[in-house]
Amino acid sequence: MPDVLVLVDQDGERVHKSTYELLTAARRLGEPAAVVVGTPGTAARLEASLARHGARSVYAAESAEADEFLATPAVDALELAVGEASPAAVLVSATTDGKEVAGRLAARLDAGLLIDAVDVDSSGVVTQVVFGGSYTVRSQVTHGMPVITVRPGSFEAEECPVRAEEKKLTPPPVAAAACARITARRRAIAGDRPELTEATVVVSGGRGVGGAEGFRVVEELADALGGAVGASRAAVDAGYYPHRFQVGQTGKSVSPQLYIALGISGAIQHLAGMQTSKTIVAVNKDPEAPILDLADYGVVGDLFAVAPEVTRGVAARRTGG
Amino acid sequence: MNIVVLVKQVPDTSAERTLAGADHTLDRESADLVLDEIDERAAEEALTLKEDLGAEVTVVSMGPDAALEAIRKVLAMGADRGIHICDDGLRGADVVTTARVLAAAVRTVADVGLVLAGNATTDGQASAVPAMVADLLGLPQLTHARELNVDAGRVRAERETEHGETTLDAPLPALVSVTEKINEPRYPSFKGIMAAKKKPVETVGLDDLFPDADGTGFRTTRTRVVEAVPRPARVAGMRVTDDGSAGRRLVDHLIAQKLV
Ligand SMILES: Cc1cc2nc3c(=O)[nH]c(=O)nc-3n(C[C@H](O)[C@H](O)[C@H](O)COP(=O)(O)OP(=O)(O)OC[C@H]3O[C@@H](n4cnc5c(N)ncnc54)[C@H](O)[C@@H]3O)c2cc1C
Ligand SMILES: Nc1ncnc2c1ncn2[C@@H]1O[C@H](COP(=O)(O)O)[C@@H](O)[C@H]1O
Repeated sequence: MPDVLVLVDQDGERVHKSTYELLTAARRLGEPAAVVVGTPGTAARLEASLARHGARSVYAAESAEADEFLATPAVDALELAVGEASPAAVLVSATTDGKEVAGRLAARLDAGLLIDAVDVDSSGVVTQVVFGGSYTVRSQVTHGMPVITVRPGSFEAEECPVRAEEKKLTPPPVAAAACARITARRRAIAGDRPELTEATVVVSGGRGVGGAEGFRVVEELADALGGAVGASRAAVDAGYYPHRFQVGQTGKSVSPQLYIALGISGAIQHLAGMQTSKTIVAVNKDPEAPILDLADYGVVGDLFAVAPEVTRGVAARRTGG
Repeated sequence: MNIVVLVKQVPDTSAERTLAGADHTLDRESADLVLDEIDERAAEEALTLKEDLGAEVTVVSMGPDAALEAIRKVLAMGADRGIHICDDGLRGADVVTTARVLAAAVRTVADVGLVLAGNATTDGQASAVPAMVADLLGLPQLTHARELNVDAGRVRAERETEHGETTLDAPLPALVSVTEKINEPRYPSFKGIMAAKKKPVETVGLDDLFPDADGTGFRTTRTRVVEAVPRPARVAGMRVTDDGSAGRRLVDHLIAQKLV
């Protein structure tokens, strides 16, 4: 069976869940081979967990400066790994960084780029949801090696313990004139809540929440449901909640089992990021709000009355009360 | 120094979008087309820098005849000249071809110090074209910038993504893509609109950009849509008006649906 390369998403210590999803998807196409890009010693730390999820080879592209430059070290490493492995496909998570790395690899190799796949079958045909959820499209690569970005949360990560073989790659030194150097980093604080794009429940607040303090109500409901918190762009622009939680066309696309919109009107750009959710619940005091036209369960009411009541009810249920 | 700004014309997002034809490409004829809103901000940033750095701004767009309107709009905002890449051979172009063509067009401009782009178009959602153009041109990519500083031959940007923020630094020439937070674009003035009509716009095709291609077929796409199915529109389900019990009833509903 041919290799299928998977670019590992990691923070130096831990492999991100999206990588296990990629390894699961990769097994449909061939033998998963993980590519780790990082400072020396990173691959050795991650190897056991990668092997537990089915990586038969772990390519280590390590250098002291790997984390100091944006994207280029990963593109260079994948290009080298493609040369070594002649893979059937390359899979990368459809994150902001991942899309850019995949695109650059495809541009260098004249390869076929499939963006934001939510499913992949054994013949290499991928499923994509386009135009904010209005079409389901199935596509395939007709020329060159498939480079596929996979939307996080689309695959159920499965364990598949194997023995991994570590293979060293020797990346070229980074050409400083052709790379952006990362001079400071302020990581998003992960906190205890699940990652927005991976959560099975998302509770989002909009302008109707009225302020940063008002988001407590949103957070409390999310926590009671074990979910993530999201926000509309109006809420983000008004400074109620940080940008990285924005859901919509210019924010994250989410597709949870349950999406609860509190004080969100349902502008088309917001819907573009959440209308593929399994069940949509909306609380809005305006009976004309467009979000109520597509909610599976719509409440016309004040979110500050309704949401805390739901939080209490869910918490009582959880504690068996 | 020249600044190149890459802009795209996209269907108005408040309009419905449809896929047409045997090849399932976007039905551009039936949609209202507008200059992409984030690209408008890339243009604004180019024009601010033009004043600061004494540069000339060239606006580049690849698209059918109508894309000329997007170019004219940026000229009306204050850009100096345009390049319109228009060729029937580009119909259905994939992301790789788009990036190649844009990179080739940038190469026709002398003394480029900076290439500016939007971070994501509302129709493509690739969010990859700028990084790909940078790679093909051998330029550093400073993408998803919500803040930008150009000074003493270097460029610094604040990049914002789901994983947090990073400060990027690179020498010029470089490519920068901006987010919608970078600025508020100016409106073209009446004078600007009149002046734009006289500004030079060069229309180029594949033969101009790739004169050495052997003619046996320029590769337009490396992927194929095998099936496109409209998703059924969502319809409203249950609706309750809060009389004090809506929270309680919603909890019961979630329990019944096994969502809690
Ligand atoms: C290019 C572009 C990209 C965009 N990208 C995005 C995007 O990614 N994500 C996004 O969300 N938007 C995006 N937008 C913005 C979008 O058009 C809307 O402006 C935005 O979604 C509105 O947010 P909102 O629903 O929170 O605010 P509003 O539209 O102001 O709605 C607030 C709602 O809260 C209700 N409300 C008020 N008080 C209460 C209360 N006490 N209880 C219950 N309900 C209450 C009101 O009835 C109203 O319906 C984009 C716009 C553009 C032009
Ligand atoms: N056809 C095009 N013509 C000019 N610029 C483009 C074109 N397609 C993409 N771009 C640029 O690349 C950016 C990101 O596009 P995308 O990667 O398609 O989301 C856009 O905001 C533009 O700046």
